[in-house]
Amino acid sequence: MVTQQLPVAVPAPPAPRRARRRRDGRAALLYLLPAGILLAALLVYPIYQLVLISFYDYGQPQAAGAAPLVFLGFDNYAALLQDVQFWTVLAKTVGFAAACVVGSLVVGTALAVLASRVRAVPRTLLFLAALGAWSTPAIAGSYVWLFLFDTDFGLVNEVLSGIGFTGMAHHSWTFGTFGAFGLVAAEVIWCSFPFVLVTMYAGIKAIPAEVLEAASLDGASMWRSTWAVVLPMVRPLLMIATIQSIIWDFKVFTQIYVMTNGGGVAGRNLVLNVYAYQQAFAGQEYGLGSAIGVVMTLLLLSITGLYVRSQRRSTAWL
Amino acid sequence: MRVRRTFTAISVSAALALLAGCAPTQSAPAASGGDDQTGTLRVWLFDEASRAPKEAAVKEAITEFKAAHAGVDVDVQWVPVEGRADKFSGAFNDPANAPDVAEFGNTDVASYAQTGALSDLTGDISSWSEGKDLLPSVLDTAKSGGKTYGLPWYTGIRALYYRTDVFTELGLKPPATLAELTDDARKIHAAKPDLYGISTGGKYTYALLPFVWANGGDVAKQDGGKWTSTVESAQAKAGITAYANLLKDDICPPAACANLTGTQSVTAFAGGKAGMTIGGDFNRKAVEQGAVKGKYAVVPLPGTTPGSVAPAFAGGNLLGVFGASKRHGLAVQFAELLAGAKYQEKMYNAMGNLPTLESVQKKLAASDPTLKPFVDTLAAGTKFVPSTPGWSKIDSQNVLPTAVQQIATGGKDVDGALADATAAMNKNFG
Repeated sequence: MVTQQLPVAVPAPPAPRRARRRRDGRAALLYLLPAGILLAALLVYPIYQLVLISFYDYGQPQAAGAAPLVFLGFDNYAALLQDVQFWTVLAKTVGFAAACVVGSLVVGTALAVLASRVRAVPRTLLFLAALGAWSTPAIAGSYVWLFLFDTDFGLVNEVLSGIGFTGMAHHSWTFGTFGAFGLVAAEVIWCSFPFVLVTMYAGIKAIPAEVLEAASLDGASMWRSTWAVVLPMVRPLLMIATIQSIIWDFKVFTQIYVMTNGGGVAGRNLVLNVYAYQQAFAGQEYGLGSAIGVVMTLLLLSITGLYVRSQRRSTAWL
Repeated sequence: MRVRRTFTAISVSAALALLAGCAPTQSAPAASGGDDQTGTLRVWLFDEASRAPKEAAVKEAITEFKAAHAGVDVDVQWVPVEGRADKFSGAFNDPANAPDVAEFGNTDVASYAQTGALSDLTGDISSWSEGKDLLPSVLDTAKSGGKTYGLPWYTGIRALYYRTDVFTELGLKPPATLAELTDDARKIHAAKPDLYGISTGGKYTYALLPFVWANGGDVAKQDGGKWTSTVESAQAKAGITAYANLLKDDICPPAACANLTGTQSVTAFAGGKAGMTIGGDFNRKAVEQGAVKGKYAVVPLPGTTPGSVAPAFAGGNLLGVFGASKRHGLAVQFAELLAGAKYQEKMYNAMGNLPTLESVQKKLAASDPTLKPFVDTLAAGTKFVPSTPGWSKIDSQNVLPTAVQQIATGGKDVDGALADATAAMNKNFG
């Protein structure tokens, strides 16, 4: 929209320049076309269908062509927004995702700093362990964690009760609302911190040694140079890692579904994605499910948008 | 600013025009099939935890079928049970890629029938020589809206498993009523705190339903084609309360049991963690492989009065024929071969699945005493979940498990939990 206003503000440039600009535009268009077509086919069309379906009563019979389509307008959205459970689940999802994002950023960044300070062998071991966690399939990881934290046969309870915490002998980690969320969050952090670690490590390593040297020559303490030199320089990467984490952790499905048996006792550990699956897709109410999908997309887009904007304001070079 | 507003107005009206002018894609209604006598018959069967014995029995049937029909090939695809929803949705949306014959659970009949993709087999079953041998209560579970959409292949009946060693040690007798069952379970957990009195879970709907039915209640009733929830009736409330009372600290602590599914409940029993459980004939192999082998027995789940049996849920799998099948006759014949007496017996020997033909069932029960409690339960009368697509939604939304869990954990009182369940159920019944 900004570009639309440009011709009004800027006086008409001389003719030859305009021609060249047009040629530039055409070339740019050509370069963008392949990606554009791919995006249109894989992103725009599905989202268009998603939005469309969310305005209809669209179930399996409608998809199979055995029942007529009924246009509902915003009824699916109204039903969703009037559902008390939706708001509870949304609030819990936000809290859960926030914990996961903060957790994986803190753990990932801390380990990246550690990795940049240690020798090659421990660093390699650290990276191997992190990559192992990263490459474990979500379902396998969830089950391994479940086995470790099993009430009766789990290693964790055995060790805890062995070293004196006898109260933990038959502790159920997945029963309490916070206990279950905490356990799942730990698992999510475990499998998503390696991305932050690798990204931040690359960022820290890319800082020229001269800059840090100059800072220390100017008498900056370690803390000061981290805060005033390293952090601003890795900021773009930190932003990417944050946005990625927000998007991933907001959409967690497998871990919650597997580790809390589909949303915990009486559904108190539901997050938005599992809720959508349970309310709509498992019951083949694709219309309502699409409405949830649209709401989720809008939420994520607005979070990302706000974040990008705040970043753009605070750092001119971004 | 004006430009921006115009732009917004244009894009909004363009979006509205797009929405008004278009509708989501739908596939064309399934074309009616044909009756070719040669070619490849495509069959979908459920994959099992240990598929080899099932596969062997099916292979034998295929060999026999191919010998009887020249120029016919049978292509079997194994469908994972958890992934069946996607697989069947795909078949409904794209009839050209649908199988000719498919195995599916009888709880899915109503929602599958609604898509119009399955053939009505009423006529085929009545003209089938073995059709009259099918148990009527089991055949009923294949019906939706008065039409029969599948041949009952095998049935799953649940009964009460209990530990003979624990019962002898504590001087207990197998319970004769549900009240006695609760007392026995309490005694077991008191005497042996490491054992759950009975392992049942909040997510085990098919263990909950017999409690409702035994108390004379039901989860829903049908009036003139419209279903309404009846979980708030005094009888259903008594049954649900009795079941939720098993998930208490003195029997099966909610921290461990509130979220157990059926399989997990049986696994706990098989692993020697429980004095009793409610398990199916199909669970016997798993229990035999567990720690309690040789230390357990099975009786029908008792009702509310001595000598009565709590009506069991008549679960089971069916063989259906897709309407778009180009080989309808062959498909029906193959389904009839698999569901016939010969292969029902072979399937029983391979998998331990309870047959649906009365004569086969009687024959097997006479030779295999472990089958008796399940056959007795079946003979005492079974019940089924509401045969409407709404039930699938209620089931996948965990409406009843949530109510049970709320009652068991004290999150809500009985009336509050059941009022919520009623509202959710009636919304789904429409």
